[in-house]
Amino acid sequence: MNNDLYIYTLRQADNAMILCQRLCQWVAKGPELEEDIALTNIGLDMIGQARSLYQYAADLSDQDVTEDDLAFMRDEREWTNLLLVEQPNGNFADTIARQYFYDVWHLAFLEDLLNSKDQMLAAIAAKSVKEAQYHVRHSGNWLKRLGDGTELSHERMQSAVDEMWQFTPEMFESDELDQRLLAAGYAADLTKVKTTWDETVTALLKQATLIKPDDAFLMNGGRKGIHTQHMGYLLAEMQILPRSMPGCDW
Amino acid sequence: MTNKKDYQLWEVFIRSNRGIDHKHVGSLRAPDAEMAMQNARDLYTRRMEGVSIWVVPSSQIIASDPDDKSVLFDPSEDKIYRHPTFYKLPKELEHM
Repeated sequence: MNNDLYIYTLRQADNAMILCQRLCQWVAKGPELEEDIALTNIGLDMIGQARSLYQYAADLSDQDVTEDDLAFMRDEREWTNLLLVEQPNGNFADTIARQYFYDVWHLAFLEDLLNSKDQMLAAIAAKSVKEAQYHVRHSGNWLKRLGDGTELSHERMQSAVDEMWQFTPEMFESDELDQRLLAAGYAADLTKVKTTWDETVTALLKQATLIKPDDAFLMNGGRKGIHTQHMGYLLAEMQILPRSMPGCDW
Repeated sequence: MTNKKDYQLWEVFIRSNRGIDHKHVGSLRAPDAEMAMQNARDLYTRRMEGVSIWVVPSSQIIASDPDDKSVLFDPSEDKIYRHPTFYKLPKELEHM
C-alpha cells in the first residue's frame, strides 16, 4: 500500500512541478504586465502543491530521499506527469488551452480526492482546491474571450484547442494502481472526473464559439515515463543547477 | 473582445482585514470588468492585503482640476474655527 501511495503521490507532484516550470517560462514574457503576474501566481501555486506532495512522497518512500531529490535528481523515464503539462507554451492561446484542460481536470480530481481515506492526500487536496478554483476561472475567462474574440484570436484559440486535445484522454486513464487505490478508498474516481470534465469543457467551448475536436489521434505514456520530445529540454533547464553543483545553496 | 489598444484603465480599491473602508491601491489595464477583477486579485491581493475588492473604470472618476487647487482649498486655510478645538473637555477625558 505504501508503495502504491508513493507512486500515486509522485504522479500528482510531477504534474504540478512540470506545469509550474512551463508557467515560469512566461516570466517577463507575458502578453501584458497583469497577465505576466497572473501566470506566475498560478505557477507559484503549483510549486507550493508540488512541494507538499514531494515531501509526502519522500516520507512514504522506503528510500532515503528528500523533496529536492525527487524533483531534481530523477531522469526523464522516471517522471510520471501527464503529457499535457509538458507541452511547450507556444503562443498565449496554446498556454491557455493547456492550462484550461488541466485546470478543469485538476479541480474535479481534487474535489474527489477530498474524500480520500489518506488524511495527508485529503489535506493537501483541501488546500489546493481553492487555488484550483481560481485557476479554472482564470484560464476559462481567457479561453472564452479569445474564442469569442477577434477573427485572429478565434483562429489561434481553435488551433490551440485542436493541438492540445490529443493529450486530454490520458488524464482519465485508470491503471491497475489507480483501481487498487480507488477500491481501497484512497484515490480519486477518474470516471467521475471525466464526466465533470466533459460537461464543463463542452459547455465552455460552445460559449467560446469553438468547435470541440474529435478524438482522432490520442497520445499517452506519461505515466510510464514515455514522454514527448519536449520533456528532455524542460528537465535539462530545470535540473542543471542542482545536478552540476550538488548540495549548492544560496 | 476588444483589441489590446482598447484596453481600459481601471482603479483598484481594497478593503483590508482591519479596515471598513476600501482604499485606493493602484490601477491596472483590462478589457472588461470581469478581467479587471481577476487582475486586481492577482496584482493587489497576493500578500493577503484584503478581504474585498472594488474595480472602477478610471474614466468614470471625476477628478478635481489641479489648477483649481487655490480656489477649492485655500479659502479653508484661515477658518480654524471649523476645527473642533475650542471646546473645553472634561478632565476625566484623557485621550482626545
